[in-house]
Amino acid sequence: MSNEDAAQAPLTRRDLLAMVGKVAGGSAMYHAMTSLGFAQASPYSGPVRLEGAPKGATILILGAGVAGLVAAYELRNAGYQVKVLEYNNRAGGRAWTLRGGDEYTELGGYSQRCEFDKGLYINPGPWRIPYHHYGILDYAKRLKVPLEPFMQVNYNAYLHSKNAFGGVPQRFRHIHADFQGHASELLSKAVNKNQLDNAMTREDQEVLRDALKTWGALDKDYRYTAGVDSSNRRGYDVLPGGGLMPSPVPSKPLALDQIMKSGFWRHLAEGNDQSHHSAIFQPVGGMDQIAQAIYREVSSLVQFNAKVTKIEQGDRGVTVTYTDAGNTSNVQQAKADWCVCTIPLSILSQIDVNVATPMLDAIQAVPYEASVKIGLQFKRRFWEQDDLIYGGISYTDLPISMVSYPSTGFGNPGKGVMLGGYIWGPNAYEFTSLEPKERVRLAVHYGSKIHPQYLQEFETGVSVGWHRVPFTNGCFGNWSDAARVKHYQNLCQIDGRIVLAGEHASLIPAWQEGAVLSALDAITRLHAKIKSTA
Amino acid sequence: MNANTSSPRRAFLLMIAPWLAALSILVAVSAGADEPALPQISEGGRFVEQDGAKIYGAICQSCHMPQGQGAQGAGMYPALAKNPRLAAAGYLIYNVVQGRRGMPGFGAYLSDTQVAAVANYVRTNMGNGYTDSVSAADVAKLR
Repeated sequence: MSNEDAAQAPLTRRDLLAMVGKVAGGSAMYHAMTSLGFAQASPYSGPVRLEGAPKGATILILGAGVAGLVAAYELRNAGYQVKVLEYNNRAGGRAWTLRGGDEYTELGGYSQRCEFDKGLYINPGPWRIPYHHYGILDYAKRLKVPLEPFMQVNYNAYLHSKNAFGGVPQRFRHIHADFQGHASELLSKAVNKNQLDNAMTREDQEVLRDALKTWGALDKDYRYTAGVDSSNRRGYDVLPGGGLMPSPVPSKPLALDQIMKSGFWRHLAEGNDQSHHSAIFQPVGGMDQIAQAIYREVSSLVQFNAKVTKIEQGDRGVTVTYTDAGNTSNVQQAKADWCVCTIPLSILSQIDVNVATPMLDAIQAVPYEASVKIGLQFKRRFWEQDDLIYGGISYTDLPISMVSYPSTGFGNPGKGVMLGGYIWGPNAYEFTSLEPKERVRLAVHYGSKIHPQYLQEFETGVSVGWHRVPFTNGCFGNWSDAARVKHYQNLCQIDGRIVLAGEHASLIPAWQEGAVLSALDAITRLHAKIKSTA
Repeated sequence: MNANTSSPRRAFLLMIAPWLAALSILVAVSAGADEPALPQISEGGRFVEQDGAKIYGAICQSCHMPQGQGAQGAGMYPALAKNPRLAAAGYLIYNVVQGRRGMPGFGAYLSDTQVAAVANYVRTNMGNGYTDSVSAADVAKLR
């Protein structure tokens, strides 16, 4: 198209995006695309294809978490000689599962032994995989890691506040159906009173009213009342049965002002985030299973218990100094032509690394978030047996913020492990500051306000406060908007012979998908650079 | 499965709920006799602790440890005990409010008075003897 034509032709969305891309860069274009309804798919476009690695070229990978393992697996497959240094004595990093018999010593020297029964576990880090996290899901598929559904939204789980409904937990289905029903009735009244005439045509208002009737479970008069319509949403007091069983008894909706006052409306959209949509998954047996499957492919390349202390690059290669994790006087070195560093920025910012100032500034620009998870084992699965809650999450305004029920082993007559708290903000610092057994004691105390059965059934628990985790000093890189603008591009560049990867070098912080996509992007660019300089 | 309120077990639990509640109070009271009290935890999204030592115990202790001894892992947390950098009060206050590298800032969670209280605590305890105390006004300047 000539310039003249372009001046006269109407601006298409594609033209607009191209302009945005030119003026503001790729990341702005991505945001524009998202808001215009494109870019629904992940930037993941299938297994990475790296071909033509120069013979004998060597790459050192720092960290055997998800990003480091992906980098090792793909670069080794591409023909590079790969070595991985990992601080822990296991692979997976934050993709981590605690099971019965596991020992965990946090910073400060506080040790815990997980006493869960065989087959029971807690994921201190990531615990769910959205359907659109194509990258991590593809590794599960390629390496034959079985997945099962993760119950995100459970309509029979509870919403709880110590100040609402006298502290009695309410079923999500009640709050959900009643808020939606009352709001629909109000809006349909606005249609009846011609109050939306300025907003839409009369015809559209009729359609809207029909939609509200369906959406809100309104009766024939467009009212949200006790009856079959509302009870099919919120549940009956007596369910329909068979034979000569008692007749069904519809339930009575809660009043709208009660719901408003409770604040429970805050939780109604929890499942609406795309990253919480059904279908959403977990690996069978624990979240570490995908990382462990990749590790099995590259285990001979990985050296555990290696604490990196210095990363130095020169014209001809990279030299990494490291010690034994437990014996810092045993100083060793590893050399390679290139380096992929996946060490979290909270740690990397303390390591001597000779990259250019903009990247150094970026490494130091990201604070690490506080978060705490607590796993509790109970003698029986009372949430299923007594409360008919099979998986999912109950939310509370108590400091534990939520409890979650296992999405596996439904109906098992034995013991069960619940997530007894997933704590953020000020409370995360307070919980992290405590000794592990105190965190567990508090989680049992608070959780018993939702499930009184806790007091009878609790057996044992473990807790992980992420700022005390020796290999990350925090949960994830909590980028501010301002830091993103100033530093993100600089962080992701290849600096000489070094490139960084990990969730901190992604736009999907704290998710494994961020680690996967960051690693794939980093090694693709690195491979192109290596080939062009070979 | 049609999950609902009408399981006999649920009905039974609802019936005995007041008794269970009374029982749980008894359990709490009797537990209180042989178990230490539960630690204080904030509610409402901000730290409720006002006393310098308590603020230290609620925040700083999670990384810098109960005696300010710091910690060593893949990385480290610097010791605050006997730390000559604390001679400069502004350095400490700035880090608490704004954060430093991987350390988050706490400006959004703490009032100026709380920041001053914890700064004064750290600078006069754990082997630190910096008696030039700081005020809320000093903190406000570094917001």
